[in-house]
Amino acid sequence: MPLAPSTLTGTSADQAREDYVWTLNFGPQHPATHTTLRIVLKLDGERVLGALPDIGFLHSGFEKIGEHLDYNQYVTITDRMNYISPMANNVAWHHAVEKLMGVEITPRCKYVRTIVAELARISDHLLCVGAMGLDTGAFTYFLYAFYQREVLYNIFETLCGARFTNSYTRVGGAMHDITPLVVEMIRTFVKDFPKTLRDMERLLNRNRIFVDRTKGVGLLRREEAIAGSASGPIARASGVTRDLRKDEPYLSYADFDFAVPCMTTGDCYARYLVRMAEMWESLKIVEQAVENIPAGPINVGVGDRATLPQKEQVYQTIEGTISHFELVMSNRGMEVPSEEVYGAIEAPNGELGFYIVGDGSDVAYRARCRPPSFIHFALFPQMILGHTLSDVVAVLGSLNIIAAELDR
Amino acid sequence: MAIEIPENVVVSRLDALASWCRKNSLWPMPFATACCGIELMATGASRHDLARFGAEVFRFSPRQCDLMIVAGRVVMKMLPVLQRIWQQMHEPKWCISMGACASTGGVFDTYCVVQGIDRFLPVDMYVPGCPPRPEQLIQSIIDLQDIIQQRGTIRGVEFTAAARQQPKRALIELPILGDVRTPPHHNGPIPPATLASGKDRA
Amino acid sequence: MTDPAVISALTAAYPDVVTSEFRGDVRAMVPRESLIAVMSRLRDEQGYDMLSDITCVDYLRYRDATDRFGLVYLLVNTTTAARLTVRTFVNEPDLDVPSVVPLWPGANWLEREVWDMFGIRFTDHPDLRRILLPEEFTAHPLRKDYPLQGRGERHNFPVIRRAEA
Repeated sequence: MPLAPSTLTGTSADQAREDYVWTLNFGPQHPATHTTLRIVLKLDGERVLGALPDIGFLHSGFEKIGEHLDYNQYVTITDRMNYISPMANNVAWHHAVEKLMGVEITPRCKYVRTIVAELARISDHLLCVGAMGLDTGAFTYFLYAFYQREVLYNIFETLCGARFTNSYTRVGGAMHDITPLVVEMIRTFVKDFPKTLRDMERLLNRNRIFVDRTKGVGLLRREEAIAGSASGPIARASGVTRDLRKDEPYLSYADFDFAVPCMTTGDCYARYLVRMAEMWESLKIVEQAVENIPAGPINVGVGDRATLPQKEQVYQTIEGTISHFELVMSNRGMEVPSEEVYGAIEAPNGELGFYIVGDGSDVAYRARCRPPSFIHFALFPQMILGHTLSDVVAVLGSLNIIAAELDR
Repeated sequence: MAIEIPENVVVSRLDALASWCRKNSLWPMPFATACCGIELMATGASRHDLARFGAEVFRFSPRQCDLMIVAGRVVMKMLPVLQRIWQQMHEPKWCISMGACASTGGVFDTYCVVQGIDRFLPVDMYVPGCPPRPEQLIQSIIDLQDIIQQRGTIRGVEFTAAARQQPKRALIELPILGDVRTPPHHNGPIPPATLASGKDRA
Repeated sequence: MTDPAVISALTAAYPDVVTSEFRGDVRAMVPRESLIAVMSRLRDEQGYDMLSDITCVDYLRYRDATDRFGLVYLLVNTTTAARLTVRTFVNEPDLDVPSVVPLWPGANWLEREVWDMFGIRFTDHPDLRRILLPEEFTAHPLRKDYPLQGRGERHNFPVIRRAEA
């Protein structure tokens, strides 16, 4: 059944009563959606009576490609999944892959991955709240947010050579070790960023227009959030105290002192405040982690046969030579069990997990991604009911829908 | 015979003057679908500031734009939308294909990603990169400005009688994806039979 | 993390449920007929109140596989943070599976995606339409017998030239 406006109108008896109801097509190319999604709205004047989302305008077959690229190559595709925090996707993918292979990464790598994942969270939240401000009329706010994103881009670029398609992690380690220059840049960022964050809070937190447009809009109750599988800041703004960093401590989150901000109101304003508060907490984590990075190698040793050994090891030790040879030979490669695992991390948008089926080869048999945007957007029709047309952009902004993650 | 020209008068051709005006006031239509869209935002935002080249007026209505920047991959479901937006833009118009995905499909050689929008749309400028840096996009806009200046814009395409008497293509319904009647990897134009207004759609 | 008492209670009530564990993930293989009963029991009595994800795996070319499609339901207990994976298997030509939308409304789009990608029909689903691909699409692309590059659907569009428009 193709999606047509007539899908929304009911039987002919209803139709006589609902003659004043009109249908509005919103998207797929609309500035306020930021991304490519389409919503068919049924309106009574400006009041939304029904919303029918239509997605798939960016469906690019990520999961099909995952069955054709090996565990290291696929990280480049995960970059393009949630493209405003690609580092978090990289970490999530290799977190699941290492769970499948049973590789325990080094303490240094855990810290480095924690740092980049938290920086990615800041960068994601900056764009989300910035775009939310932009949609509700605060253009200056967006520029504040984007300026700090550029600083983060610089850090990532110095770390791995790309502004935001980082592809930083590898099975059992990372592409490069973190350098003193990057550490210094992160320290500077940690020192400078609170000023911007305070400026941003002063600009918008008590801004009359912004508060009026977001408070009480797009309500999501706690039971609805749980029943609708919501996770991340959206669930936490509705009072679901669930954060994988605390519930299933992965990487080195157990070492750090940080809080999980939650609210109970569940409206757009609460989601905004949760994101702002999470940036402060991420900053705390980065500050603690960057001063305590353990020494040692970033990649696992040759015994695990997961990462390519250093060139010195290849040339000077027999173990290194054998390990390198076995990893690069097409009929050898990594040791992957014929098993299935689900590994998830707390990505900026919510629980980002990969369900991987291994079949013994170094290519995944099935690489399923649990996309938080997809699940959160399914909640949109019930959140917008009864609100006005102008609230659509506020709700969309607060949900932080990323089309590439939505459609994959 | 010689004409007396005062010192503060510059003589030019009308075409060159019009091109000069047009090249310095490009209004882009950001058709941002994916990752490149974020770099497009970065190009317009504070650090890179596209306003220096007179192209900062992003307009989301195709009727107001003369430069379409396709940033990001275009998939099966999106291509009819892209074509319709292109048809709704007024002449003279240009198209920049930003990034590897829009130009060739990039890493997404899959069942649903269009392998380069230039198969179905005219493209003036390709920007390589995945995604291109903002500097690259700025360079491509500068290069496009050179092209506009050199080739001229008053070609009268929008005023030819034959073109005006035809109904606007945007008003004809484009077929969305029907059953696959053309052989696989068909690159040429689709025969007119399949272009019939979408009555045969399911 | 999964409470062993949950598993033993489940297997005691439903003897045909087979459980296994790999790297901390506890899986319960449930026959399709008792899927809804097991799921309601897990939700109402064991506190698995959140359905994290639904997905499917096509075992067409998997070594030693006996069934074609394996559905995966990832359940989470939001109070104790325990996880449980529920599996059920279906084979062609009978690809009907009862929908879990009555239990978890969040399953709506996830099941639509599985239908879109694998062609598994969920009975009693309120709105089983394609979600990511166009309605006119005929194949189910994540099946293993569908090629990565597709069957030419991506080239089936009219071409617009410079002069027209």
